[in-house]
Amino acid sequence: MKGMTAASPRPQTMAEKILTHRGTQTVYAGDLAVVEVDQVMVVDSIAQSFIERMQRDLNATPKYPERVSIVIDHVAPASTVSVAQAQKEAREYAARTGVRLFDVGRGICHQVLMEEGLARPGWIVLGSDSHSTTYGAVAAFGSGMGATDIALAAASGKTWLKVPDSVKVTFTGELRSGVSAKDVALEMIRRLGADGATYQSIEMHAGDRFTRGERMTLANLCVEAGAKAGLVVPGGEILTAYGYDVPAWVYPDEGATYVQAIEIDLTALNPRMSAPSEVDNVHDVADLREQLRDTPVDQVFIGTCTNGRIEDLHEAANVLRGHRVAPGTRLLVIPASSEVMEQAMADGTLLILQRAGAVLGTPGCGPCMGRHQGVLAPGEVCVSTSNRNFIGRMGDKDARIYLASPAVAAATAVMGRVSLPADVAAL
Amino acid sequence: MPRIWKFGDSVNTDDILPGKFAPFMAGEDVFQTFAFHYIRPEFAAAVAPGDVLIGGRNWGLGSSREYAPQALKKLRIGAIVAPSFARIHYRNLLNLGIPAFEYDLTGLLQDGDEVSLDVNTGVLTYGGGTVQLPPPPEFLREALAEGSILAFFKKYGRFPGESA
Repeated sequence: MKGMTAASPRPQTMAEKILTHRGTQTVYAGDLAVVEVDQVMVVDSIAQSFIERMQRDLNATPKYPERVSIVIDHVAPASTVSVAQAQKEAREYAARTGVRLFDVGRGICHQVLMEEGLARPGWIVLGSDSHSTTYGAVAAFGSGMGATDIALAAASGKTWLKVPDSVKVTFTGELRSGVSAKDVALEMIRRLGADGATYQSIEMHAGDRFTRGERMTLANLCVEAGAKAGLVVPGGEILTAYGYDVPAWVYPDEGATYVQAIEIDLTALNPRMSAPSEVDNVHDVADLREQLRDTPVDQVFIGTCTNGRIEDLHEAANVLRGHRVAPGTRLLVIPASSEVMEQAMADGTLLILQRAGAVLGTPGCGPCMGRHQGVLAPGEVCVSTSNRNFIGRMGDKDARIYLASPAVAAATAVMGRVSLPADVAAL
Repeated sequence: MPRIWKFGDSVNTDDILPGKFAPFMAGEDVFQTFAFHYIRPEFAAAVAPGDVLIGGRNWGLGSSREYAPQALKKLRIGAIVAPSFARIHYRNLLNLGIPAFEYDLTGLLQDGDEVSLDVNTGVLTYGGGTVQLPPPPEFLREALAEGSILAFFKKYGRFPGESA
């Protein structure tokens, strides 16, 4: 850890550091901070509300158009005329005001912003999607807000925040083969509970462990413990592979105050799975496999902002190579972005998935929130790499959703019931 | 007289308004008729203006979608009282001017109980007496005095707590 700076007379957490840097005074947990916002992200599903707030309610245009991005990803391509109309208005608004537009097929908002370098260490990034905590993967204070807050941020270039208390999570040991960042994130949610970090920031101390993609998975799920932000202390490839400028001040101070500290031993971790219908209902996959051995799985979905990246597709392809999806089970794979899709195409991953019987979709959010492409019928069971298993989330209220890693999802697709990669290897 | 609608712990934004009934999908004029569509299908047709929703822990967890509280606003609910709220949703409620009180009434009131609530003072009167609900955090009151944060920003061109 770096030492204290002149701006921090008493030790600060990462969240306190970032909100101090982008604000006007040194702040600590509990303070009210008005801060500059480096990037405001708007998704298609709130674009209409956003435009209405900007034009009708505030009579304003974006103060810094280059700091605003609209991403059409939640229902892409459009499924109905009203959706198409809303997306048309979003395109016209972007053209009129000069804000960035990422249109149908470019990919999921969080993935796209990371790929485009629109989230960087020490930045404040607000998104109109709760999983905007994802930007914490690169030590950006990412937080989700509603249409009104997002419009105010676009109009003023600022937002107001109560500086959060922080929970310190320290990872020790190394992951065993077959265990992934998704399992770590689900274990963290299990330990904290679905409201264990409400109003708080989760500060993750991972050393040089984890790729950027894995850090995105960890930060993404922090909101499922209620967190305002999920910050991973920079390390590993964040320092070397992407050309980020990682300022020394962004590191938490020695002696900073945390409301809670937990330690997760990665060596001891087994694959995890969230059972219906709350994300913190986390179990050992081996236990659920026993309980559900007579329960056919109707749909497996690999994708979303949690697990639709190239390393996730590789993880799935490693299990699926040379196998076929079980009769009666559908496997849907949707790459998180056009870049991910291109990589997966170039390195042969898509061919492995296609030959295994996967159905491929347009880069975007896909069926994660039950608006199009692959909604579930009453009584159906789905294993998904996404981040929510709420009642009715992906279709009918009597459908059941289990959340797991790409490897476990892929094994489940081959076996037709909840399974571990080792089950496929033993075939 | 307003009545109580009682819910349990962890009512999420998909419970409040399922994603597939978002205004841009279901229609701007009718989306509120799908409030609590799966967990309490009779709600939207039967709720009356001023009715008070009582929830358990972590009310509003899940999505940032503001159209979940917007649906409740369109149905003109009086207030939501729960021992704890999820952060994004709490902010959305206050931004829209929906009174949200952090207090546990689940042991005191039952579904269908008649109450009256003064949202300015937080005094709730029911058959058995009165309860003083805690006011919102102090730093939000400046904004709420103008009706909403949007209204505050429009009037002053700055955020509450920000120097002019």
